[in-house]
Amino acid sequence: MSYVAIKGGGRAIAGAAAVTEFLRTEEGLGNTCTEPPEPLKIDAILHQLRHLVDRVISEGGVYHPKFAALAVKQSLGDTLEAAFALRAWRSTRPRLSATPPLDTSRMRLIRRISSAFKEIPGGQMLGPTPDYALRLLRLDLMDESPEAFRAIAREWLETCPDAQLPDSFPKVLDALRAEDLLPPVSATRQQAAFDITREPLVFPVPRSAALATMARAETGSLLGIAYSNMRGYGDVHPTVAELRVGYLPVTLPHPVTGEFTEAGEVLITECEVVAMYEAEGGGKPVFTVGYGACFGHNEVKAISMAILDRALQKGMKDGPANPSEDPEFVLLHVDGVDSMGFASHYKMPHYVTFQSDLDRLRTTQQKSGEPA
Amino acid sequence: MNAMTHTTNAYNFGFLDEYAKKEVRRAVLKAIAIPGYQVPYASREMPMGRGFGTGGLQLTLSLIGPNEVVKVIDQGSDDSVNAVNLRQFIEMTCPGVSTTTKTAECTLVQSRHRIPELALTASQIIVLQVPYPDPLVVVEPSEDKRKTMHGEADYSRLLVKLYEDIVKFDEITISHRYPTRINGHYVIDPSPIPRWDVPKLNDSAALVLFGAGREKKIYAVPPHTRAEPLAFSDVPFRVEDFRDAAGRRRACARCGCTDSFLDEFVADSGSKTWQCSDSDWCDEQLLRTEHPQGELA
Repeated sequence: MSYVAIKGGGRAIAGAAAVTEFLRTEEGLGNTCTEPPEPLKIDAILHQLRHLVDRVISEGGVYHPKFAALAVKQSLGDTLEAAFALRAWRSTRPRLSATPPLDTSRMRLIRRISSAFKEIPGGQMLGPTPDYALRLLRLDLMDESPEAFRAIAREWLETCPDAQLPDSFPKVLDALRAEDLLPPVSATRQQAAFDITREPLVFPVPRSAALATMARAETGSLLGIAYSNMRGYGDVHPTVAELRVGYLPVTLPHPVTGEFTEAGEVLITECEVVAMYEAEGGGKPVFTVGYGACFGHNEVKAISMAILDRALQKGMKDGPANPSEDPEFVLLHVDGVDSMGFASHYKMPHYVTFQSDLDRLRTTQQKSGEPA
Repeated sequence: MNAMTHTTNAYNFGFLDEYAKKEVRRAVLKAIAIPGYQVPYASREMPMGRGFGTGGLQLTLSLIGPNEVVKVIDQGSDDSVNAVNLRQFIEMTCPGVSTTTKTAECTLVQSRHRIPELALTASQIIVLQVPYPDPLVVVEPSEDKRKTMHGEADYSRLLVKLYEDIVKFDEITISHRYPTRINGHYVIDPSPIPRWDVPKLNDSAALVLFGAGREKKIYAVPPHTRAEPLAFSDVPFRVEDFRDAAGRRRACARCGCTDSFLDEFVADSGSKTWQCSDSDWCDEQLLRTEHPQGELA
């Protein structure tokens, strides 16, 4: 009998890391394949598992695709773990500068749709999406030859017509706003955004804090709560005014002159939903708006976020009528690092607290056995 | 040092960047100034799981200096996996800092679920890891509402919960995380320490700091501050009972100590034994008594 069940903790941890590393490299033994086994290249993850990377940069809250791919690799594809590693790396970086609010009408789009209108200014552009694909297993990919793999991309480029794409696309919401169908842009837009990485959420929180929290939330958590609203625990009934995916130019103040200078671009997904109208203080009724945006190509996340933004605004105004309208319920339970960490911590020893539980149970059992 | 070479940039002393450490220190000062008040802070992500002591670790890393002697325990033991993990991380990111398993030698203890049996001194700080910082969460899920209740020192619903326990079970059923009133106002969740450890908070010579990483709160019981577990005049607060059926206090099967918190062990045969939960305490008792040669297990 050992003193503490997990004696030799240090050796146990090292052993666990070693056997995990063995699983990662086991293929290298060459027992399971005919080709000489190769380690997974970061570039291969960046390109061929791009949605994994998208998810990790979004939930990790750092736009660093290469490190996101590295995180995917070292976590063996576990998105919660990968986002976690990226987030922890972020803690070691000081914040040196902040961008001004960026204008998403300047995005270099790869995809843009509206489900509100058949025709939108600038046109619909389906882009890369599995939305209308048949989800049939492509057995031909089981053993794809490198030659065929290379030929596909080359052929696509050769046959792709030169599209005359404009530099920017007008926002669908602007058209609705011009027709007085939307509320005017509120004054709060001029306020500095709440930085959730530097300030804790103390409720009630401004909308920018809610948006920032959801932007790096765990996709599944956000979807689950948004879905509850869609199904009836809520009444947003959204219409996707516009969903766009593309590269957004990022400007930063120049370190010497302070002038805003383009520093690069980030791939983002943005979704704007309009919901049933309401009359504000006896004024003209207008549609309401929900907004979602996140790093990477993550459409389900952006849509979920837009719906929850709308639900939370309603909850903050009228009081929450269901969980998805309650800012504390939504914002404190959607972070992947927080929730997965806490779920995992139950695997740690709880000998002391359980001993204490035993003491209470035995004492109350004893008392319930005694004559009153 | 493997983890250090994974990126091109070496990590800062104490892992966190200096701004993050300053923020934690400011929160600590406020927590000491308002005993028992939960000070919100941003709480960075650490490279270990939320719930594994990230709040405690941020406190430790922000307070640690080059001459620090750090002890890390989990469930009272220096050798449990999580304690080893945290200690290795501190050693890795704070070069020059020394670590110890001896309570008497350390200047800073980070602990999960226990306060050492050996009374801490004025030159020591204890950092407790906290999963749930707010004792009112059992009666009120909304943090917004709880803040008002704390401000008004309105703990009536908590007292009603204790009363209901007595009506139902003739006993207060809170085993650990026992709500404790600090300096006559704020009631704190003292972290999942057993009731056994709660009296150690009262008039403690050492500064007691609480860090909740996931819930982003820091609070403190400053030295020589009143800490009173909630109770009724006719139903006093009671610590865990380690008496056997005959009413004798059980002793540690290893060192023979009869005044420490005991862990219960069930042998394969089904028989039970008890041993000190605090491993350093147990070693010290052994040294002091029947093993003068120091032949320890």
